[in-house]
Amino acid sequence: MNIIKPKIAVYKFTSCDGCQLAFLNMGIELVALQEMIEIIHFPEFGISNPNISADIAFIEGSISTPQEKKRIQAIRHGSRFLITIGACATAGGIQALRNFSDVNTWVADIYPHPASLSTLKTSTAISHHVKVDFELWGCPVNSAQILNALKSLLMNATPTARRDSVCMECKRQGHICVMVTKNIPCMGPVTQTGCGAICPHAGRDCYGCYGPSENPNSQSLSRRFSNIGLSGEAITRRFRFINNQAPAFLEAGNLNEKKSK
Amino acid sequence: MKKNLNKREINIPILTRVEGEGALNLQIEAGKITRLELAIYEPPRLFEKILEGREPNEVVDAVARICGICPVAYQMSAVHAIESCFDMAPGEWVRNMRRLFYCGEWIESHSIHVYMLAAPDFLGYSSMTDMARDYPDIVRDGMKIHSLGTRLMALLGKRAVHPVGACVGGFYHAPSLEEVHNLLVQFETCLPLAEALIPFTAKLNFPKAEHEFTAVSLHQPSEYPINEGRIQSSSGLDIDISEYMDFFQQHQVAYSTAQHSTLSGKTYLTGPLARINLNYKHIPKNIQRLLKKNQIHFPSTNMFHSIVARAVEIYYAMIESIRLMRLYVTPPESRIKLTAKAGNGYGCTEAPRGILWHYFEFAETGLVKRARIIAPTSQNLSRIEEDLRHSLEEYGLDRSDDDLRYYSEKIIRNYDPCISCATHFLRLKIERVDSQL
Repeated sequence: MNIIKPKIAVYKFTSCDGCQLAFLNMGIELVALQEMIEIIHFPEFGISNPNISADIAFIEGSISTPQEKKRIQAIRHGSRFLITIGACATAGGIQALRNFSDVNTWVADIYPHPASLSTLKTSTAISHHVKVDFELWGCPVNSAQILNALKSLLMNATPTARRDSVCMECKRQGHICVMVTKNIPCMGPVTQTGCGAICPHAGRDCYGCYGPSENPNSQSLSRRFSNIGLSGEAITRRFRFINNQAPAFLEAGNLNEKKSK
Repeated sequence: MKKNLNKREINIPILTRVEGEGALNLQIEAGKITRLELAIYEPPRLFEKILEGREPNEVVDAVARICGICPVAYQMSAVHAIESCFDMAPGEWVRNMRRLFYCGEWIESHSIHVYMLAAPDFLGYSSMTDMARDYPDIVRDGMKIHSLGTRLMALLGKRAVHPVGACVGGFYHAPSLEEVHNLLVQFETCLPLAEALIPFTAKLNFPKAEHEFTAVSLHQPSEYPINEGRIQSSSGLDIDISEYMDFFQQHQVAYSTAQHSTLSGKTYLTGPLARINLNYKHIPKNIQRLLKKNQIHFPSTNMFHSIVARAVEIYYAMIESIRLMRLYVTPPESRIKLTAKAGNGYGCTEAPRGILWHYFEFAETGLVKRARIIAPTSQNLSRIEEDLRHSLEEYGLDRSDDDLRYYSEKIIRNYDPCISCATHFLRLKIERVDSQL
């Protein structure tokens, strides 16, 4: 039987290429997946047709240059579903830490001839520029998240993602709480799951790479961090990291910064 | 002046099968290359500034984000640099586990390159999917090897992209004997697949393209370099990693967001071919015999032998991983205590694509005051340009634009450029100006 395969495209913006690996790391399954979908654009994988319309566009990376601002408009215009993958596309990424500083000073500190670089003052999420149909959080996203989203769309269903906290995942897996037992300042209570609670499992603090969970109580966690002995600056840094522009973390970071001044 | 500019322009929107994106602009005038620019327009992410004011272990989590394909390299150069700031010496277990962790990344990164990015070039396919139709076994074996690499990274790092297990002083956790044993069995079972990769790559149809170049890599007296060593070159350089800035120069070019690098004003190569050229004696004898049998000789000045060098390093990393996993014991402590103080330090390790140099300065507060990071791909950019100039002229500039474009991409891919790493993306534009006098 001949079926019409949905056309998939993977586009890269400002990023580390790590979320695209969620496709490449599927390995042989990626070849199998192509029985159900047609990859029409994925340069890192050897397929480049930047101007063909896609049924599902996966976007990796944030918007940090004037050219990217234009390019995302064209991609949105050409795509039926647009899904962001990862912290950069979904929340601006770690590179959005520039948003708290003067980017020109930063550029001048690194490049001898800063004038030849065109970069925006801020690094922003794709949703700041175009309508996003679905967001996959994580730094990086993993293959299971991508496959789940694809499966739903292939079945004509709306994809869903869990947004309960890493804390809940730790309980389900039976990990010992690093904050309760060792006073390690863990971001698990306010961070969404999806990673598998790998950090507490390794005996260390979650550092929020999957972004805010549903209903995060960042103020309560900030007080707890303070009781453990973290300075205002250190608490601010906890929220201002991989997902520093995600609204709940941005607000918590700003509040803690204000308090520490 | 009489002129008739018969000008043809060709655009390849994006150079494919490289990590990150960029462009090649080529101008050919009267049978000569008059302009050749490898333009990287990967947007700058300004990582060195992101790191300022951060705690030592925040640095380890942050630098992984420079590159999704080689996060371990960034973490390892960083922990070594930070430990040298704080005069920390984590000991044998940590040293072995870092070597094991890094072997995982070499296997992962090299197998993506060999099977997905480079082999289709040599066999005449546009992507791995096309190649898989005719070479299903090769692709399947390759993906098995690749998954061993990612599983090894996850053994110590819990996941292969942006792993979370490494810290200043060692690792947050030690894997259980059972976990190590299970993976060891998998490695032993798949070792013949990695061995078979060497004759497979050695028999690929290589263009005869011999060019003299300077190779730069780490070097150690007793073993193949991964995490430490002095910086050596094929032209006699032998320096401590702290002296890097005295000998290597970084410069910005107007057409690129990546900085280029030279050694005493000349281009140089870093990465698998450079490593093997300078450290061939540390390659186990059985691999040396296998290479001889397949008529591949190192040191080699044929850049296309890079794919064989990667195959050798995959096989070597598998052997080394097996050795280290057999030695595995659960340690009393998986890390030593971090004691921050003011100071500065250097770290340099062999990322899959070559030497990755870090410098950190810490303030009294225990926070980063200044950071400097020099990635392997940016060091290779000048060499790639020089190679293209030589190789395209040798290949013949009167060939069709399609041929030139295809051959250029093939040359560039030899270097497995990781353009995200070069802090900074590829597109090919050929401009022919046929001046008719």
